[in-house]
Amino acid sequence: MKNSIKALYLFVVMTNLSCGQKANNDVNTPSETTFTAELIIDGLQIPWGMVFLPDGSILISEKSGELILFKDGQKSTITNGPAVYNRGQGGLLDIELHPDYENTGWIYFSFASEEGEDKGGNTAIMRAKLNGNSLTNKEILYKASPNTTKGQHFGSRLEFDDQGYLYFSIGERGERDINPQDITRDCGKIYRIYDDGRIPEDNPFFNESNAKKAIYTYGNRNPQGMVKHPETGAIWIHEHGPQGGDEINIVKKGANYGWPVITYGINYSGTPITDITEMEGMEQPIHYWVPSIAPSGMTFVTSDKYPAWKGNLLVGSLSFQYLERLELNGNEVTYREKLMEDIGRVRNVRQGPDGFIYVAVEGKGIYKLVPIQ
Amino acid sequence: MKFFISSYLITVSFLAYFLFQDKELHDSIQRGKDIYSDFCVTCHLANGEGVAYTYPPLANSDYLMNNREASIQGVKYGRMGELTVNGVTYNNTMMPLGLEDEEIADVMNYVLNSWGNSGAKMVTVQEVNSIVK
Repeated sequence: MKNSIKALYLFVVMTNLSCGQKANNDVNTPSETTFTAELIIDGLQIPWGMVFLPDGSILISEKSGELILFKDGQKSTITNGPAVYNRGQGGLLDIELHPDYENTGWIYFSFASEEGEDKGGNTAIMRAKLNGNSLTNKEILYKASPNTTKGQHFGSRLEFDDQGYLYFSIGERGERDINPQDITRDCGKIYRIYDDGRIPEDNPFFNESNAKKAIYTYGNRNPQGMVKHPETGAIWIHEHGPQGGDEINIVKKGANYGWPVITYGINYSGTPITDITEMEGMEQPIHYWVPSIAPSGMTFVTSDKYPAWKGNLLVGSLSFQYLERLELNGNEVTYREKLMEDIGRVRNVRQGPDGFIYVAVEGKGIYKLVPIQ
Repeated sequence: MKFFISSYLITVSFLAYFLFQDKELHDSIQRGKDIYSDFCVTCHLANGEGVAYTYPPLANSDYLMNNREASIQGVKYGRMGELTVNGVTYNNTMMPLGLEDEEIADVMNYVLNSWGNSGAKMVTVQEVNSIVK
């Protein structure tokens, strides 16, 4: 009898321990809601990117190619936007403002483009200025090649760091065995350029012959989230895994993130891609999701509007249709929570200059999260 | 003799027609399989099982069999809002995929002849072409 009590005690303790250890890979549902989600802009289809202009207006990119300015409660269409290749996951994608937008007026765009000789399209980066209701001074800063008619993995998030470098992601365009591990080819990479498109001489592969010199990291699959850490200044990304194995990574110069040599995911058919999840010389994610949440958009909460969330990471989930809140201890995810459950496919999330969180949901529009007093 | 020749010709041409159609359908299904694994598999999954309450199933789908035109239209132009498949109501968005009419016919033929779906008339490029928003 005594033994069985000991065994039972041990069992309970071990169960608690094992649960405690995998807590960061279980998602929690909050017991009470601390905010209301106000739909401030409705009637949007796939609002891929959004930026907040100094006059309080919001510029939104629709994947279809439409560029929408929301000003004083009214939507208007911006003309002369980029010519987009609207196929599969490609179209008009992210938007970002120059860090010194007030003086330079530059707005950065990523989109799928047919430019080039081959049939199909690939990711392009452009900057332009907003003049009234039209784009002017359009300059293509980067265009990945070759084009392909495949529908997948354009990547496309844009972010500036504290030194003024522009980072952008390009997914592997459905060619996982050809692109991500080869630095002489575009796609499956994070890139770093100057704000005018020049390539920094201290980029990691700048002096390698045949390398695409704008490459900053490789072995990436399809990153659709990118944000600068508010304190360290590091660029954080998340990327879609295949079935399972979505990842959060911190961008490190010249690093290889392992796709498709190592992954925590499997093929859509259920067959394995590889049986290894780690290898020397390849980065481990700081967090991975199994099953996949299909992450898109990411922001850190830094404002004082949501005291309980300060320093947390917010990530949109396309497949599970909620906004995920992740608590961090340094680079470690310690707690995951579902917000806005069943809201729809969450494409993007950003903190506005007013400190509020704005969430873009496919087929719905832009929600503002207003804390309940 | 005349009767024999004419009936012979009719039989042969009918046979040729059906065999040819069969081959055409077979080739279309094969091409459609590639389109499916490129554009559709991420949500509807490898065996068309979908994800309950999120992405409707294509396997054994009553909706697909009973709503041929609306299905083609959805693939061609995208669709949003409620629909009921095998008794489960879905309310989601499928983006327009940017496929050419030929590719839409192929992927429809693949889906209509896979995972328990069968018996549908072959989808042709002309049929896709005639479907408007």
